[in-house]
Amino acid sequence: MSQLPDSTSDLSRRNLLRGTAAAGLLATPAVGLLSACAGSSTGDDKADTGAKTSDNPLGVADSGQVEVVVFNGGLGDAYAKFDVTVFNKKHANVKVNLSSTQKIKTEQQPKFSTTPADLINNAGADIMALDTLVNEGALTELTPLLDAPSWDDPNQKVRDTLLPGTVNDGTFDGKVFVLNYAYTVFGMWYNQALFDKNGWTMPTTFDEFFALAPKIKAAGTAPFAFAGKYPYYMRWAIMSWIWKSGGKQAVVDIDNLKPGCWKTPEVMAALEATEKIVKDGYTLAGSATLTHTESQQAWLDGKAAILPCGTWLENEMRQTIPSGFQMKLANFWDVSANDKAKGAVYAGSGENWIVPKKAANAAGGMEFLRAMFSVEGAGKFAELTSSLSSRAGSGDKVTNSTALVSAGEVMKKATGDLVSFKHPDWYADVDKAEQNAIGELMAGRMTAAKFADTLQAATDKVAGDSSIKKFTRDA
Amino acid sequence: MRHGKARFITSFLFLPVLLYVFYVLWPYAQDIGYSLTNWGGYSDTQEFVGLDNYVRLVKDELIRKAFWHSVFFLVTVPVFTIALALLFAFLLNVGGRGSRAGVRGVWGSNVYKVIFFFPQVLSLVLVAIMWQAIYRGDSQGLLNGILMKIGLVDADKPLQFVADPTPFLGVPTVLWFLLLIAVWGGTGFYMVLFSAAMQSIPKDIFEAATLDGASRISAFFRITLPLLRDSVSVAWVYLGFIALDMYALVYVMTPSQGGPDHASEVFASVINFTAFNKGQFGYACAMAVALGIFTLLLAAVQLRVTRRERIEY
Repeated sequence: MSQLPDSTSDLSRRNLLRGTAAAGLLATPAVGLLSACAGSSTGDDKADTGAKTSDNPLGVADSGQVEVVVFNGGLGDAYAKFDVTVFNKKHANVKVNLSSTQKIKTEQQPKFSTTPADLINNAGADIMALDTLVNEGALTELTPLLDAPSWDDPNQKVRDTLLPGTVNDGTFDGKVFVLNYAYTVFGMWYNQALFDKNGWTMPTTFDEFFALAPKIKAAGTAPFAFAGKYPYYMRWAIMSWIWKSGGKQAVVDIDNLKPGCWKTPEVMAALEATEKIVKDGYTLAGSATLTHTESQQAWLDGKAAILPCGTWLENEMRQTIPSGFQMKLANFWDVSANDKAKGAVYAGSGENWIVPKKAANAAGGMEFLRAMFSVEGAGKFAELTSSLSSRAGSGDKVTNSTALVSAGEVMKKATGDLVSFKHPDWYADVDKAEQNAIGELMAGRMTAAKFADTLQAATDKVAGDSSIKKFTRDA
Repeated sequence: MRHGKARFITSFLFLPVLLYVFYVLWPYAQDIGYSLTNWGGYSDTQEFVGLDNYVRLVKDELIRKAFWHSVFFLVTVPVFTIALALLFAFLLNVGGRGSRAGVRGVWGSNVYKVIFFFPQVLSLVLVAIMWQAIYRGDSQGLLNGILMKIGLVDADKPLQFVADPTPFLGVPTVLWFLLLIAVWGGTGFYMVLFSAAMQSIPKDIFEAATLDGASRISAFFRITLPLLRDSVSVAWVYLGFIALDMYALVYVMTPSQGGPDHASEVFASVINFTAFNKGQFGYACAMAVALGIFTLLLAAVQLRVTRRERIEY
């Protein structure tokens, strides 16, 4: 879930600085670009720590500064600016240096082994790969923060204020290195007004979709649009369908690189259902080439009826939502009557926050995170972004958004465990192979069977490569 | 050389050389050093692995694919860009009717010069945004929209341009469409370069040839081209470097940066993926060294091949 997209523009997120630099400087200097990031100094100048008290459980020094870097993307950076004021209520003498950027990796990676910031919002397209950061031992474990009392209530641990899945999402081999601040519900978006006008009902199963789709198409609208240029958007849907069809174990097996994990009848049922959407011609023509914002705008313009995305959608498209548009979220469709986890919802925390191992003021970085998880900080986040925070109850006071309210209803109807998958964060090679294959599947150039073969081969290759560190999950 | 003069020159060169060594040569040396390790990029520990990364490089299928894509650009970008630039430069300078006052360019050549040079002024960001709108793969794309309106493209099957991996003349279609952008963007600059070189060729040579009854085509091949050899040769080397890169266009324009399904991977996109997504900086450094060596070889061969005696005029 580390791939929450930003909204500002395709180009800034594609990180053109590095691109143009590489293009402008002929090829040879590219050799220099990589190694310019090299570091050899140690940089162990840790800041002083203060006494640990119940009001200062992490022992933050009562002076000095905290360096915080926020990703200024789909969620903006206003909420983090507000959090500075929350933080300073308890630590008036500590100066917070908050900087915002969209080039997290470009700016932070070169400093990571020497003088990194104390708290980094590792998000957007230009993120540092979490598996690499963990493997390299470059992150501070966040367990002390989770076990500290929460900002508002000394009798409640931070851990107990978080929504389900948040701790699990940041856990690598039993250790928590990442906390995700935004809580996202994924599903199928539709315009209630358009559906009412045509007398359509939002499908809850594939069968219902395939019954409705010809009617939508007859009305001159494409039934389904998606962001083909960034195949991980469709991965959210496909992994949810696999989870519903095969149950949690099917996805756990895929994450654990189990032999044959992609070839089970349940996984095939989900893949074949996906293939059928494309094969039967129910996708928006050209959707396989569109960026996320292009496909979302086409959907807002009424060129398509249904679009898979997460709850940041309203905030991302706020500028161009037509009046009268009633944006609503529905759960991903169930695959068939034989589903093992019918009604499961894909939701969880996204938007990574990490404290580097070499941070000069790691305690200060964690303390800022504690302030962010306060009632006040999380409430402001929901208000500013129309997205839930992974702090429980953050959206309770926001009622003027059909999107946020419908997302709450999807969560209320959720059954069993929340859908979650880890392999894209764990194995870059599987991630790449999967994204490429999804791109081909959704463009109609690859069959479901070939898709399963391709992914099985990629999974087996990583499983057999002893140079790649392995992770496992059972829950 | 007198002693004082040497000291004078050294004192002026010291700072630039120091900067050059520190910011250019030292990173090269570091890169070679890291290419012999398994450094991951985020820690300050690494193990020496000798030439393992290079052995791996030879067997890597993805880098081999990227290599052939780079070779494709290496051949096509200079050929098309130089050919077009030469044609335009010739037309703008000596292609006009030679009826009255000697040799001149086609009518309105100054306006054309500005138009052709224009892409050079645009930043790569603008170029990419513009071409994204032109190539957009649904009915709202500029080309698709027009072609659908006049009925050349089926509304249910729009052209996919840079998202199309199917081969055309044995090369993925996406590469041809990237090539078009590169040539469009590069032609203007080399046209100006060749124009300047052509203007330094004395007009009386052309006039003499015209008097002797040479057609414009034979004037181009027998006079212009041989006298432009130096400029063309330099252009070839520069364009070779640009062709080996192509990174920005691949990164911005193609699905999953090098897709669809690796159909547009080039050296630099594989290096980026290996270093920053897979966290194998050591291996990525080895790729970068290989690319560097390849580039140097290429430049050496190119300069060697085109070395000839210079004609003074």
